[in-house]
Amino acid sequence: MAIEVRIPTILRTYTGGEKAVDAAGGTLSAVIDDLEGNHPGIKERLVDNGDLRRFINIYVNDEDVRFIGGLEAELKDGDQVVVLPAVAGG
Amino acid sequence: MLTIDQATYDGIVAHAKRDHPDEACGIVAGPEGSDRPTRLVEMVNAAGSPTFYEFDSTELLALYKQMWDLDEEPVVVYHSHTATEAYPSVTDIGLASEPGAHYVLVSTREHGNNDGPVEFRSYRIVDGEVTEEEVAVVAALPTT
Repeated sequence: MAIEVRIPTILRTYTGGEKAVDAAGGTLSAVIDDLEGNHPGIKERLVDNGDLRRFINIYVNDEDVRFIGGLEAELKDGDQVVVLPAVAGG
Repeated sequence: MLTIDQATYDGIVAHAKRDHPDEACGIVAGPEGSDRPTRLVEMVNAAGSPTFYEFDSTELLALYKQMWDLDEEPVVVYHSHTATEAYPSVTDIGLASEPGAHYVLVSTREHGNNDGPVEFRSYRIVDGEVTEEEVAVVAALPTT
């Protein structure tokens, strides 16, 4: 078992076009580091100065991680992570 | 070129007029790869602002899960400008994250909540580059 991470269209250049990839780690931060190992460059699109980017949403089992600890949110095998850029503008 | 049916076009315009002076926002979903905007989904502007729009993060996830279940994608992403022209702002360009979508801008600056024509324009926004495209409003989308 692993953690499935759903990748939005705009970040699939980092995953060779894959819509979902597997990753491992006990926290969201560790999962992102694991992703970065296999898909270099993706971390910078998600994290800025140690914080989740303002206009990137990440969900763990349908919960916005901002409500469950942010990058320190705990994960376990079988969890599903979804990354979605905000739909926003001015 | 964006080809859109009259009812969907009218729905977007009505939404923009109703929410004026705040920005209105939403999408038109369609079958993946079809370039056919078939299902209008009005979203709440969580920012509730005349100068900014943002989908609520929980509603955003629900919307995308629904599209994945239906093998759909956002064919059109629309929002209104309520005091300026229907052209993507610097913020719009910086945050555009659907390179395959038609970005529709409606400006309600002239008539606000009232009847009357609006600017309705469509763009591709890819890697920070904006390309305006023609909008064809048809009675019904051609069957493929």
